Amino acid sequence: MKILVGYKRVVDYNVRIQVKPDGTGVVTDGVKLSANPFDDIALEEALRLRERGVAEEVVVVGIGPADLTAHLRNGLAMGANRAIHVVTPEAVQPLTAARVFLKLVEKEQPGLVILGKQAIDDDANQTGQMLAALWDRPQATFASKLEIADGKATVTREVDAGLEVIEAELPAVVTTDLRLNEPRFIKLPDIMKAKSKPIDTIEFAALGVEAHDHLRTTRYAAPPKRSRGVMVKDAAELVAMLRQKGLL
Amino acid sequence: MSKVLIIAEHLEGKLNPSTARAVSAAVAVQPEAVDVLVLADRVDAIAADAARIAGVSRVLTVARAENAHPLAAVLAPQIAKAAAGYSHVFLPSTTFGKDVAPRVAALLGVAQVSDVMSVEGSHTFTRPIYAGNAIVTVEADPAHAVVATVRTASWPAAASGEHAAPVEPLGLDVALPSHTRFVELKQGKSDRPDLQSAGKVVSGGRGVGSKENFEIIYRLADKIGAAVGASRAAVDAGYVPNELQVGQTGKIIAPELYIAIGISGAIQHLTGIKDAGTIVAINKDAEAPIFEVADIGLVGDLFKLIPELEQALG
Repeated sequence: MKILVGYKRVVDYNVRIQVKPDGTGVVTDGVKLSANPFDDIALEEALRLRERGVAEEVVVVGIGPADLTAHLRNGLAMGANRAIHVVTPEAVQPLTAARVFLKLVEKEQPGLVILGKQAIDDDANQTGQMLAALWDRPQATFASKLEIADGKATVTREVDAGLEVIEAELPAVVTTDLRLNEPRFIKLPDIMKAKSKPIDTIEFAALGVEAHDHLRTTRYAAPPKRSRGVMVKDAAELVAMLRQKGLL
Repeated sequence: MSKVLIIAEHLEGKLNPSTARAVSAAVAVQPEAVDVLVLADRVDAIAADAARIAGVSRVLTVARAENAHPLAAVLAPQIAKAAAGYSHVFLPSTTFGKDVAPRVAALLGVAQVSDVMSVEGSHTFTRPIYAGNAIVTVEADPAHAVVATVRTASWPAAASGEHAAPVEPLGLDVALPSHTRFVELKQGKSDRPDLQSAGKVVSGGRGVGSKENFEIIYRLADKIGAAVGASRAAVDAGYVPNELQVGQTGKIIAPELYIAIGISGAIQHLTGIKDAGTIVAINKDAEAPIFEVADIGLVGDLFKLIPELEQALG
């Protein structure tokens, strides 16, 4: 079985996001970029399936500008067999990303596509579900446990009410939640090895995908700030204050 | 004129309160109609709950055995078909809505607006990105239906009571896939208030130290009638189950009172509580970031302070 993994590059988890004063975007110049944490989890899960003999090949997919290659090399260093780079200077919206993945799925015929449940930049949480719809295949979102056997995936999903278990016939789309696994660290020799692994480059325009983005972002704003309140000296004072506010 | 279709969320025959919050967002669009669609195996009790929500024009029901559990692959084709004639389709931004809505949007070939915080116009909305560290205004193309999830913490629940909207069964001739099957739902059994909708929440973090120690959090919560929440660190460490996680990737909540105990206040956690009325922080580290957003702070050892709190509460 082949597994396709979405591997998006985003502003690093630890960067404090600043909105540009003119409201046209957030500051990304000189800011550290990393793999979307949920995508690292997706890749890790795919690698473990390969190590267990469930899959033979793991392919990481990135959609982005020419310099995305370095990021995809990280995915290869982590252990993917090869990478596909869909080249576009523009950021694509989830529906377009899903349409790109559908084209790749038709070409690659994977048994499983694993994506992060959301990217921590736009927090959209859409691409996996949209791909599953366009592909007319099962989706198992927010996975915290994944087992593959007898042509189906048994997935434990983190839902508001607790843990839901579903079965999905393969091929299927799985999106990862935080507790699915802990991604491995990249080792130096693997970085060297990754240099010789193949990256297929496909121009976005060559895929025949309609970049049909219905949403236009017109303004970026900083969120309203909560300000620092008062400190109390002990439990009794805290209780008195909450009672005075009518909260207890 | 706009017409909004809201997809009801429900569990075990009861309507989830998130549905009434989605109704508030729908009303803000100033539509000519707000209809609620109930997809279930047994629809009557859920539809009756939905019909009582103020602002609802009609409740439409689809009773099918396949709708017993909320599987996106099963629900989405029905919703996409029912959406004909509607300008907007809204779902709550809960794990249910997040799972189902994008599948509907893709079937309709339209973009989705995730986590609507405010409605600025019939096709203009604000939503959070970067864990709420930026708020964007987005405009959807009026030529297409808008599929959106509603950030429940940003919207009050529409009133429920006197209102009685008509309930009508909806005939949908849709073939449903069988490639996805529900196996089971493991729920924590709890008599405590629901974390998502509770007026008061007591949360514990890494500082609580163990699963056993978390008992003092539960005890304090019970004493004041609060729901219990937790930081990601506490869930990752196995102190509490995943459904208690509050934050960017857990639940986004807006209680009147939020008491954070032994939680340092990572930005991802703060994202989940920034709409709370009053935030109280109890932490032994006076430099913890949680104090930057807390309305009331108390520095000290939680194992000493919680018993003192219980005593002060009487």
